[in-house]
Amino acid sequence: MYGLGILKGLSVTLKHFVNTYVDDIKWGFAKRYTPEALLVRQSAEARGVFTVQYPEEVLLPQERFRFVPFLVYEGTDEDRQYRCTACGICAKACPPQCIWIVRAKDPETGKPLRRPAEFYVDIDICMNCGSCAEYCPFDAIQMDHDFELADHDRETAHIHDLQRLGKPVEYYAKIRPTYYAAEQEAKAAKAARAAKAKAARRKDK
Amino acid sequence: MNEQVAESEGVQLDAAVGSVEQASQALREAFPGKVRPDEREGYEGVIVDADALVDAALFLRDQLGFRYLSSVTGVDYANDGLLESVYHAYGAESGALVFKVQVGCGNPEIPSLVSVWPSANFQERESYDMYGIRYAGHPNLQRILTWEGFAGHPMRKDWREPYYEEEHKPFKTRHPDGGVFRAEDRNPFGRNVQYSPGFDPAKWEDIAQSAVYDGLMREVKEEGLQTETITVNVGPQHPSTHGVLRVVVVLDGETVVDLMPVLGYLHRNHEKIGERCTFPQIIPYTDRLDYICSMSNGLGYVLAVEKLIGIQPPERAEYIRVIMAELTRIVNHLMAIGFLWNDVGAYFTPVIYAFNERELILDLFEMVSGSRMMCNYMRVGGVFEDLPAGWMEKARALVYDRLPRFVDEFHRLLSENEIWRSRSMGVGILPAEQAVAMGASGPLLRASGVPYDIRRVEPYSIYDRFDFDVVVRHNADVYDRFLVRMEEMRQSLRILRQAMNQIPAGPVQTGKKNWTMKVPAGEAYHRIEAPKGELGFYLVSDGGSNPWRYHVRSTSMINLTPLAEMCRGHKIADVVVILGSIDITLGEVDR
Repeated sequence: MYGLGILKGLSVTLKHFVNTYVDDIKWGFAKRYTPEALLVRQSAEARGVFTVQYPEEVLLPQERFRFVPFLVYEGTDEDRQYRCTACGICAKACPPQCIWIVRAKDPETGKPLRRPAEFYVDIDICMNCGSCAEYCPFDAIQMDHDFELADHDRETAHIHDLQRLGKPVEYYAKIRPTYYAAEQEAKAAKAARAAKAKAARRKDK
Repeated sequence: MNEQVAESEGVQLDAAVGSVEQASQALREAFPGKVRPDEREGYEGVIVDADALVDAALFLRDQLGFRYLSSVTGVDYANDGLLESVYHAYGAESGALVFKVQVGCGNPEIPSLVSVWPSANFQERESYDMYGIRYAGHPNLQRILTWEGFAGHPMRKDWREPYYEEEHKPFKTRHPDGGVFRAEDRNPFGRNVQYSPGFDPAKWEDIAQSAVYDGLMREVKEEGLQTETITVNVGPQHPSTHGVLRVVVVLDGETVVDLMPVLGYLHRNHEKIGERCTFPQIIPYTDRLDYICSMSNGLGYVLAVEKLIGIQPPERAEYIRVIMAELTRIVNHLMAIGFLWNDVGAYFTPVIYAFNERELILDLFEMVSGSRMMCNYMRVGGVFEDLPAGWMEKARALVYDRLPRFVDEFHRLLSENEIWRSRSMGVGILPAEQAVAMGASGPLLRASGVPYDIRRVEPYSIYDRFDFDVVVRHNADVYDRFLVRMEEMRQSLRILRQAMNQIPAGPVQTGKKNWTMKVPAGEAYHRIEAPKGELGFYLVSDGGSNPWRYHVRSTSMINLTPLAEMCRGHKIADVVVILGSIDITLGEVDR
């Protein structure tokens, strides 16, 4: 019969339509729009409505999610101890070359120091590839999770300087917990090895 | 050898050919003095004299069975003052026979091979545009990706882009005294445009446009009502062109008389950018070619680099790569079918259902790579990082349970719909011979009845370990292309299930990852079966850390070659459907 194929197809849309209400009832209308429900709504178990009501609801990014780099610093906001040593690997590795670094110099001797005096990322050019974070030997530059960067002015807001790039290590630990844990573990192991070696040397003496 | 050759004469697409070495031997014997082996270190194939090229090509096609010309591209060996045109031809079951023609930079002219392999059409135009190699006898040798007022040929080594800084990255201005600047401040708008000598934009008359129109066929009616044909531009801004593609159509009433795609609106000189970069720096740029299938693009590129270096990734990385590539295939086919239905007029119901599933797969991509579309996940010698905890469970839930059910449901929703069948059956016929001659690949080729899948013919990575069917259908119309994609999703799921069961533990990277690497001098061409078809990467290294030549054999662009052939005689509304059935991404067409 002509039209049977269309009816068959429409049965699928009808199923989808009904499923939205099944979901509503299952979750008890209001609760469907809670953070817990959101995780189910956007998962392999999802049956009914799939959409997210942004900006009221925001999907949490995955841990590896990457969006424009930031610089990790230890210490407080007033006294920032950047992990960055201004070695310049990120600036070299960056495919679109959007990182600019001025290495700090000793004011008296003029010798280069292991920290940046200035650090810029032009986020108009940055393509969020994550190469800088991947190749940084000091875990000093990391990719951010904050993707809501809309601005009114391209001229001033889109070149991030040291002040803007810096974020505390606690923030890094929050957005990338497994990476931070692994890093701390490696550091602890290294410190333990160093202490052991030191003790052994002392014994030799 | 010659008897063997004589026997294979006249056999159609499945002509059995000996090995590539035998073929190149036969070619050298047939054209003594005109064809000589390429003896440069790390190079393969033969160099053909320009005056013997067409005869040699005919011999290759008709006597030796190399019916499929995969790639044509130019290379600028500026140091030797030579321009080279490189061809990669394939037989039904053979590897690539590489042949090259060298000409001096001064007056580069090479006979065109469009008459032998029509698939050379767009590619020779591209090579002309990028390198200025003139292909004598080409039916329509115009610029294809840039415009006619463009100064110079952008892939020549002496050509410099408006925001030129240095030959190679990394640029010296960035560190240790990286005073920040914007490229557009140094070279503001108005000064950043170059014109070719003698070109005055104020006096410019758009002859190329009228040439496009004049180049199209007109119907001359002998009898009946005398009517005029009309020329219609579909695009560059048109919802059905999936991006910025312009299709010039000559219409007689509503019937298509002739048609020509006009490309280049999204051209960004991807290959030049690549040649400025170090080898690993190119990987994130490949994501932006076919932005729907970034994982496959990255895979094709790293395989080409690995071929050049001669390294193998670890087992686990191979499996992860296959899993990602097949998930990408599902994503692509979901979108291709969804948007094909949009083109027919089923506005957004199928595509949104497909997007639900795509969304879940993109979540998996975000988990492993950190990004949903611009994955940047493949690395030379492995992958970016191992699968995170919980990834496999999520993926299994999809691959074993949800996606198979969805594909069935999608079938129920679409396949038997009478409106769809009447719009797609018998529309856009592309016979097998033409599909092969015009360089069609992927689902487009397999729907024309040619069971050609690179995963099977020339297995790369670890595809030889999996059990899967090469989907092929024989009606060569839009409906069959749709069904081929539907079935390929099932086959991808099959591969995924096997890969997920077999995946071993272990490292995911050989050697140390680095942002730069020295690559031995030589050339390599690697092609993969990307979701849209044959995606090839041609690399030439001079032994440094940047490629001397980086070329992308763009699936989408070459699949557009048969568009006119498929559309002639159909209604204008069918053009949209046929274009949708080819499945193009403009990021890859224009590069």
